[in-house]
Amino acid sequence: MITKRIIPCLDVRNGRVVKGTNFQGLQDVSSPVELGKFYSDNGADELVFYDITASAEGRKLFTDILTQVASTIFIPLTVGGGINTLDDFDRVLKCGADKVSVNSGAIRDPQLVHDAARLYGDQCVVLSADVKRVDGQFRVFAKGGREDTGMEAIGWIKKCVDNGAGEVVLNSIDTDGVKGGFDLPMLEAVSNAVDVPVIASGGAGCAENFVTLFERLPKVDAGLAASIFHFGQVKIPELKQLLNENNIPVRL
Amino acid sequence: MIGIIDYGVGNLFSLCSSCKAIGEEAFVSGDASQLAKADRLILPGVGAFEDAARKLNDSGMAEFVRQQAASGKPLLGICLGMQLLFEKSYEFVCHQGLGLLKGQVVPMEGKLPANLKIPHMGWNALQIKGGTLLNGLDGQYVYFVHSFFAEDCEDSLSAVTEYGIPITAAVEKGNVFGCQFHPEKSGNVGLSILRKFAEV
Repeated sequence: MITKRIIPCLDVRNGRVVKGTNFQGLQDVSSPVELGKFYSDNGADELVFYDITASAEGRKLFTDILTQVASTIFIPLTVGGGINTLDDFDRVLKCGADKVSVNSGAIRDPQLVHDAARLYGDQCVVLSADVKRVDGQFRVFAKGGREDTGMEAIGWIKKCVDNGAGEVVLNSIDTDGVKGGFDLPMLEAVSNAVDVPVIASGGAGCAENFVTLFERLPKVDAGLAASIFHFGQVKIPELKQLLNENNIPVRL
Repeated sequence: MIGIIDYGVGNLFSLCSSCKAIGEEAFVSGDASQLAKADRLILPGVGAFEDAARKLNDSGMAEFVRQQAASGKPLLGICLGMQLLFEKSYEFVCHQGLGLLKGQVVPMEGKLPANLKIPHMGWNALQIKGGTLLNGLDGQYVYFVHSFFAEDCEDSLSAVTEYGIPITAAVEKGNVFGCQFHPEKSGNVGLSILRKFAEV
């Protein structure tokens, strides 16, 4: 049976992982290569690297780092951040990314998902959507969750999937950072609307939140988080043991 | 030395890196005279069967791969590369494969229970049926991404995985091997498979 995936997300700025980490035994906790290797050796099913650099030099550094990561880590790598054109897809795929995540780029250019899926296959294109409730409606937000696009989220996500997005990362702005659990109503609405894998993001505060996520929403395929993994509040091997004890299929 | 066959489909970076990670010299080439010097060959591939089969034929690589396999050189097909080892595929219409293994490639659509998503994407467990390459890996998880699968291939079947129905995960016949999953993306289990292939 296919397993539920646990995915740590690493934000990288100027070649370093931002948000501190407190791992014992890592020489350089801000090194994307070392941290990625640590997660890969400790049960992560996939890694997401997010480039939050604004400058061109930073971008070049990110692709260099990505090449190093992909030379040392042999689990699926998803790369996002600053993906606005097919050239951006090409740039990160050549460095060893397996999937490319688009967010604002898909909002600015609705054709991007379609063109990328035609060129690289649906499985390569991940739609990352930042969604927040406004006036009782799920709305798509742009620019790292700062700008309301006014677009209704479920219809928009569905359209992107129809255009070829092979997977959806749903990041709930409403629960992000709150650590009270994933946004189950929002995730339910999205996972009922699309038939591609849905990755839950935003809100995980403890291991039990993942158990609740997969028990309540069997259609959700994966859980993504950053700081709770980086700070060691949730250790992936223990999280997977807990999921296994609750009869949720995981790779142990 | 492992020769990775480049015929214009897919990203070979990870495959090349993973061969290096197991201490094996590897090179990527689309030139038959170069590839002929390798001790063993990997046929990779992602994307559509038709496009890949056409590129293999147009580049002359199909005939080269058949010759090399006939000469006894170990050959490993990965993902679409495994599917190409078979006689034919029913992707949209029927296409001819390399014909090195008996069997055919068919869409998952319509064959799986309705609640299962296509593509079959993620980590799934191996059930070993025979062969040497995956010996000892029963129950281990490997990474899959595919929408088609091989069937009627009992005489080469070496492993299946369960996705509503048993799905062909690996095949093996003499010096010809195939993995539907991606060993280069399957962590240490995947690297151990590549290491084993390097020692065949």
